[in-house]
Amino acid sequence: MDINLSGRLVVARLEEVTAQLSAGAAAPEVTFDLTAVEALDTAGAWLLIETQHQFQARGGQCEIVGASHAQAELLEVVRNSIPEKLDKAKPRHGFYDWLDHVGQKTWRAISGLVEILGFLGAVIARLGYVALHPRRLRLTSLVHHMQEIGLNAIPIVSLMAFLIGVVMAFQGAVQLRQFGAEVFVVDLIAISVLRELGILLTAIIVAGRSGAAFTAAIGSMKMREEIDAMQTLGLDPIEVLVLPRVLALIFVLPLLGFVADIVGLVGGGLMSWIELGVSPGMFQTRLYESVDVWHYLVGLIKAPFFAVIIGIVGCYEGMKVGGDAESLGRLTSTSVVLSIFLVIVADAMFSIFFAIVGV
Amino acid sequence: MAREPIIKVRNLRSQFGDHVVHDALDLDVYGGEVLGVVGGSGTGKSVLLRSIVGLIQPKEGSVSVFGTDMLRASEDARQRIEQRWGVMFQDGALFSSLTVRENVEVPMREQTDLPADTRRALAELKISMVGLPPNACDKYPSELSGGMRKRAGLARALALDPEILFLDEPTAGLDPIGAAAFDVLIKKLQTTMGLTVFMVTHDLDSLHAICDRIAVLAEKKVFVTGTMQDMLKVDHPWVHEYFHGPRARAAGFGTEG
Repeated sequence: MDINLSGRLVVARLEEVTAQLSAGAAAPEVTFDLTAVEALDTAGAWLLIETQHQFQARGGQCEIVGASHAQAELLEVVRNSIPEKLDKAKPRHGFYDWLDHVGQKTWRAISGLVEILGFLGAVIARLGYVALHPRRLRLTSLVHHMQEIGLNAIPIVSLMAFLIGVVMAFQGAVQLRQFGAEVFVVDLIAISVLRELGILLTAIIVAGRSGAAFTAAIGSMKMREEIDAMQTLGLDPIEVLVLPRVLALIFVLPLLGFVADIVGLVGGGLMSWIELGVSPGMFQTRLYESVDVWHYLVGLIKAPFFAVIIGIVGCYEGMKVGGDAESLGRLTSTSVVLSIFLVIVADAMFSIFFAIVGV
Repeated sequence: MAREPIIKVRNLRSQFGDHVVHDALDLDVYGGEVLGVVGGSGTGKSVLLRSIVGLIQPKEGSVSVFGTDMLRASEDARQRIEQRWGVMFQDGALFSSLTVRENVEVPMREQTDLPADTRRALAELKISMVGLPPNACDKYPSELSGGMRKRAGLARALALDPEILFLDEPTAGLDPIGAAAFDVLIKKLQTTMGLTVFMVTHDLDSLHAICDRIAVLAEKKVFVTGTMQDMLKVDHPWVHEYFHGPRARAAGFGTEG
């Protein structure tokens, strides 16, 4: 059976071409005549050759005739380029695969944590070295990061703490008024803000603000091979990039926590005055009498630990960025989620610890 | 071959702030030829390519492709023309979140309504045609070497069998053997598929091996166009240095000029 093909055998008209070719699908022998074909591109050539293969696969005959020189050449190139069919591994969904998946995920999580600990060790080792050679500390970089992480974060941290104080006072007032125990609102605000909320929420804001910035900055340097360049120039990336950031965090996070404590108390005091009529003087007296200074210290003791967590996680995830832009975005979000998660875990462990030692 | 240009650039002026890159630039590209665009760093070779494909809006002048004025045509008309060319960027510019095959399928998915099986088979064919092994199909761009990324970028540019192929420094950063193989590949695809190739390059070997005509950018315009033989006779310091310098002699020409 002869089929005279005509028109344009091109990718945009592949469906019409398929219809033309399938006219001879039932015949045992078919000859495709390309004489009247106006244009042939690789897609058209591919379709012709696929059809030919199908005929041959079921023992039929299929010939392609009338191709111009260029068309014959194109057919030849396409014929030689069609890749062999690969056996595609089917996705499996058995119980064992699920188990395998869970196992691998768990293992990856554990080894990831071990790697972060390794990174922490490397940073501490470098810190020890710099402590012995104080002139190697990048003072300019340290001050820059202290300003960036600390000073520039004061407005947002203050606003957050003020609102937390207001909310605590308001919610406490509603409950405590039922017992006529309005004055205890001072204890409520002071203990919760000083001991937990002030520093915890500050750490969360800093993780979102600065932790993410660390990952993005170090990650994009890694992507553009700047870190490799540093190493070839004899600069230690941990010393140059990680130490100033982590140290700056350790210095300024307690200060930010202190700001949050004070502003939180002011917000709480203001709301108590408006809502419950607890005057600032009374608030102050009550604060002196019944709130131990340890509540304040417990909050601040935690700050450097949170700082280390945020700094190490942020820098470590940045160092893990590979050559593509996608990993930068993925790791930046991992960095924020992981550091907030670890900060909360650490906070819980501190609670248990302080409960045991009884402060 | 009819000598009617399919790309006509007239009186083009590109400017970034006060910095004028092109001034009154004219260029013709004819159907079925391989045009090599050369010029020193900062003479705006890539800017010219980007102006033609519409990534940069020139200050003045006109760019017409297949007789359509690209700067004044309607969105639809421009899109119809854009389907008839493919662009390969310097480092492939592959989408990093997609595998090589998915990258090649992107233009097909957007511009045609081919069934998924056909798309897949055609993508695999294109990937094989540019000389990548079949196992490259499912890899992500970050897992490929620079040369392989370029080939994958070429496969994507060829996905819809374009009539014009724009190449931005196709052989830069390849080893000499890889670069020569890339030249051969482009020439082979050009002859079999009847492509018109607009190629920005620094590679004297490529110019020699596959370019039918060369356009030299200098003094903010296309200073001269012509074959390799014509270039050797040009009496302009930069052009002379370019085609008669030590590297040109090493590439095997310029000695007779």
